[in-house]
Amino acid sequence: MSVLLVAEHDNKTLKEATAKAATAALKIGSPVDILVAGSGAKAVADAAAKIAGIGKVLLADDAQYANQLAEPMAALILELAGKYDAIVTSASASGKNYMPRVAATLDVPQISEIVSVDGPDTFTRPIYAGNAMMQVQAPGGAKKVITVRTTAFKAAEMTGSASVETIGAAKNPGISEFVKEELSKSERPELASAKIVISGGRGMQSGENFHLLDKIADRLKAAVGASRAAVDAGFVPNEYQVGQTGKVVAPELYIAVGISGAIQHLAGMKDSKVIVAINKDEEAPIFQVADYGLVADLFKAIPELDEELKKQGYG
Amino acid sequence: MKVLVPIKRVVDYNVKIRVKADQTGIDLANVKMSMNPFDEIAVEEAVRLKEKGAATEIVAISIGPQECQETIRTALAMGADRGILVKAAHDVEPLAVAKILAAIAKAESPQLVILGKQAIDDDSNQTGQMLAALLGWPQGTFASKVVLEGGKAEVTREVDGGLQTVKLNLPAIVTTDLRLNEPRYASLPNIMKAKKKPIDQKEPGDYGVDAAPRLKVLKVTEPPKRKAGVKVKTVQELVDKLKNEAGVI
Ligand SMILES: Cc1cc2nc3c(=O)[nH]c(=O)nc-3n(C[C@H](O)[C@H](O)[C@H](O)COP(=O)(O)OP(=O)(O)OC[C@H]3O[C@@H](n4cnc5c(N)ncnc54)[C@H](O)[C@@H]3O)c2cc1C
Ligand SMILES: Nc1ncnc2c1ncn2[C@@H]1O[C@H](COP(=O)(O)O)[C@@H](O)[C@H]1O
Repeated sequence: MSVLLVAEHDNKTLKEATAKAATAALKIGSPVDILVAGSGAKAVADAAAKIAGIGKVLLADDAQYANQLAEPMAALILELAGKYDAIVTSASASGKNYMPRVAATLDVPQISEIVSVDGPDTFTRPIYAGNAMMQVQAPGGAKKVITVRTTAFKAAEMTGSASVETIGAAKNPGISEFVKEELSKSERPELASAKIVISGGRGMQSGENFHLLDKIADRLKAAVGASRAAVDAGFVPNEYQVGQTGKVVAPELYIAVGISGAIQHLAGMKDSKVIVAINKDEEAPIFQVADYGLVADLFKAIPELDEELKKQGYG
Repeated sequence: MKVLVPIKRVVDYNVKIRVKADQTGIDLANVKMSMNPFDEIAVEEAVRLKEKGAATEIVAISIGPQECQETIRTALAMGADRGILVKAAHDVEPLAVAKILAAIAKAESPQLVILGKQAIDDDSNQTGQMLAALLGWPQGTFASKVVLEGGKAEVTREVDGGLQTVKLNLPAIVTTDLRLNEPRYASLPNIMKAKKKPIDQKEPGDYGVDAAPRLKVLKVTEPPKRKAGVKVKTVQELVDKLKNEAGVI
C-alpha cells in the first residue's frame, strides 16, 4: 500500500512532526513518498529526504504554497492522490486545515489524530477530549485520509538519502488569498517539540507575571504554554494554549503552574512523561494526574524554584 | 445576505463521560446535553452580523435525533430566524453532515456558513473544511476575527505559530475558534419568542444523502490511567526528585 505523507515546514526547516508522522505512515504501508509544497523550500525537501525508510520526496516549489493555504494545498494533493492508497499528514493547524478538503473531494471519511496504527486499515484515535479511545476500521478498497497526533509516535531516524523530484504546481483555485501573518518570535524551543514545558494558568494573574515562568523556562530550555483561561484573559497569545482545542504536548516534563486541571486542559498534556503541579488549592484536579504535586502559592514557589535551579547550576 | 449556522447537540462540556462496559461507546443515559460550545460562538457571530446589518437572515441547522430541536430553539432564542432539523437516529459522520449541509447550501444560497471548528464529542475538526470542498468555496478555519468588506471575507485565523489573515471570495465557510466572541445568554422574552419561530423537519434522504456510517467502530475503551503521584513539601524536594528520581532535568 503506497502512502503520500505531506510535510510540515515553514519553507526553511522541516518540522520534527513530519519525522514522527513518517513513523505512522511507514506502519500503514510503503513506499512512503513525502510531498513538500512550499516556496523556496529546497532545504526542506533535502531534509525530508533524510527520513529513513521513505521512497522519494516530491518538491512543489511555488509562491502559492508559501503559506499553506487550504485551497491550493488541497488542489495539489488531489492531483497526486490517484497514485496513493493513503494520504497522511501531522495534525497541526495546517494539516487540520487542508486535509478534510482532500478527504471530502475523494468522497472518503478522514480519520483524525490517530495515536496508533493497529493494522493497515485499523486505527485508534481519542474522542471526548481523550476521555475515551475509539478504534475504527476504514472502509475497504477506499483511499485512507489520515492526520496523525505526532506526540504518540517516535521520530523516524534521519539516516536516509532519498531522491528529490521536482513537480509542477497545480492550478490554484484562486478563491482565497494570503494577507498577513503575525507569528511570535521566540528563542525558546517550540511547544510541540520541547522536552520540557512550563505552563501558566489563571493563577498567574497577569501577562507580566509570566516572566516568572520565562525565567524557569530559560534555565531548563523549556517552552512556555498556558491554559485557555490565561489566553482568554490576554496574559499570553493564542498559540500558547495547551488542551483539547489548543496544542497537544507530551514532553518529558510538564510543569503546570496555577492551573486547575479541567478535562479540556488535561486532554493536551496528560500523556507527558512526568507531570508537576504547583497550585495553592490541594483539592485542584490537576494533582490527580501529577507525579509530583506542590501545594503552594506560586508567587512564593516559583521564585524559590528559580533560586534552587540557579544554585544547582541550571542556566 | 443569508447566513447558515450548523449546530451540533453534544454532551455538555462539564460532564465527565463514562465508557460503556461492553466497549460499544459512551454511556449517554441521563447525561446533560448542550449546544457544542464552538457552535454557540458561531451563532453569536451570525447574530452580530445581523445586528450590524451585514446579515439579513440566519438559519440554524442541526442533524441528529429529535432532541436536536431543543438545540435549535436555543439558537433561535439567541437570534437565529428559523431552523432546519435533519433527523437521523444514529451518529452522522462529518462527511455525511457536510453532504447534507452542501445540499442545504445549494437550496438556500447563503453567502456565509459559520460552523464550529470542532465538535467536542468526536473531536473531528473536519466538517467545515469538507463542506467547503464539496461546494468549491474557500474556507477561513479557526477564526478569531471575521470582517466582511467589498464582497470578501477577511478572516484572522489562530494557527500554530500565531495568527494568519486570509481574504476569501464569498460565498465562504468560516469555522470558529474560542476567541472569536463571547456568546450571549438568551433573555427570557427571546426564549418565548423563539418558540414561535419555524423549524423545518427533514431527513437525510430528502437531500439525497446516505447518512450511514462509513467507518466501522471496533471498540471504545478508557484511556490508560496515570498512576497516583506524591506530594512534595518543598521546592528543594521537588528539584531533587526531578533530578535524581525522575531524571528529567
Ligand atoms: C469548548 C471548550 C474548549 C476548551 N479548550 C481548552 C483548552 O484547549 N485548553 C485549556 O486549558 N482549557 C480549555 N477550556 C477551558 C477549561 O474548561 C478551563 O476553563 C480552563 O482550562 C481553566 O484554566 P485555569 O486552570 O488556568 O483556570 P482556573 O480553573 O480558574 O484555575 C486556576 C487555578 O490557579 C490556582 N491558583 C490561583 N492563584 C494561585 C496562586 N497564587 N498560587 C498557586 N495556585 C494558584 C487556583 O487554585 C486554581 O486551581 C475549554 C473549554 C471549553 C468549553
Ligand atoms: N450533526 C451535526 N449537526 C449540525 N452541525 C454539525 C453536526 N456535526 C458537525 N457539525 C458542525 O461541524 C462542526 C465541526 O464538527 P466536527 O467536524 O465533527 O468536529 C461543528 O462545530 C458544527 O458546526
